[in-house]
Amino acid sequence: MRQTFDTMGTVVSLEWSGDPSQLDEVSSLFEAADRRFSLYRPDSELRQVADGTLELLDASAELREVYATALGWRGETGGAFTPHRPDGTLDLNGIVKAWAMSEAGRALGRGGTGGDWCLNVGGDVLVSGQAAPGAPWVVGIVDPADRAGLLTAVPVVGARRAVATSGSAERGDHIWTRGRERAEFAQVTVVADDIVTADVLATAIVSGGAASLDDLTARFDVDVLTVDREGALRATPGMRELVAK
Amino acid sequence: MRRRAAVASVIASAGVIIAGFQIGSAVSATRTTTSAGLSGGTATSTGGSAAASPGATASPAPTAATGSTGSAQDGTFTGATEQTPFGPMQVAAVISGGKITDVKVLQRTDQGGRSVQISNQADPMLRSEVLQSQSANVSMIGGATYTSEGYLMSLQSALDKAGFTG
Repeated sequence: MRQTFDTMGTVVSLEWSGDPSQLDEVSSLFEAADRRFSLYRPDSELRQVADGTLELLDASAELREVYATALGWRGETGGAFTPHRPDGTLDLNGIVKAWAMSEAGRALGRGGTGGDWCLNVGGDVLVSGQAAPGAPWVVGIVDPADRAGLLTAVPVVGARRAVATSGSAERGDHIWTRGRERAEFAQVTVVADDIVTADVLATAIVSGGAASLDDLTARFDVDVLTVDREGALRATPGMRELVAK
Repeated sequence: MRRRAAVASVIASAGVIIAGFQIGSAVSATRTTTSAGLSGGTATSTGGSAAASPGATASPAPTAATGSTGSAQDGTFTGATEQTPFGPMQVAAVISGGKITDVKVLQRTDQGGRSVQISNQADPMLRSEVLQSQSANVSMIGGATYTSEGYLMSLQSALDKAGFTG
């Protein structure tokens, strides 16, 4: 079955074969994450930390864990991914969605029959199992130059369960490019074993450009597809195999 | 048109989905076989290698007929430097058992004339090399984060409407 619901300013699409009540469990999980981490909610815990009315040391273990994870990724990406806005404001928007997706994945795995499900949150996809016996889940990747069309399709197989895409065109406000006015890449798709790695690295490559692309593909076991401003594609060898005709 | 194709593929029955994917696999295997028509140490740049480009000229040996995989020798074959829309590129094909088992990019556009061995670097790829949406049975749409409003106009929304079967 397939259902959608609104959360975190975007839409979640879930297809699953397990218990129908899992939908409520997953949506509650996203709602809780949004209540805690949204900077648009004046009463959210993160808003209070950002405003200085709540000391980080007094914040929940969950918030501190996500912040620590984000800081770890800032180090791993040489600062191309950062949980701080240029003005210094703490903004965990770049990691909370993927973190909540991981949590939702764990919840779906607990009660699933066979664990065949596919979770799409605003264009980032995490899967388990397969779409049908013998047929993997296939994620279509939007063409940044024509959002009504697809650039290609990526079958999600084996340990590679997560497909995250970042762009500088849509909601580009949440990606801060370093040292240049415009991002080199219009869109970056990263396929990884977990959704946080995929999402963080996609964001970091949009932010850091070709230098980050070369650095991160050399150090992380991920497959990457980039689309530059002129529409030209670049792909790692693994991605090339996945998307080849 | 592409939207309609994508939606149509979703509406297709599970049986067709499985068949479609198997067809995709077969096409992939066929191309590997075809592009294995290398011999004499002259690697062509056809068949989805990094250097593939519309202007890349293959240099097939007379014996390298399509599908004659048995005639290809095992080994690593380094191709001539090709001019591509992205700059000069050079590849080496590793052939084992009559099939290309690996394609290595030896020269990258941003490396000038220096040959470098790459591991997981992202290299230029032509749009014509990638699987098109029409030939895939797409379950979900990946893309840069859309807003709730953007979702209503998105391909994902169309897929979800088609998929509300439960």
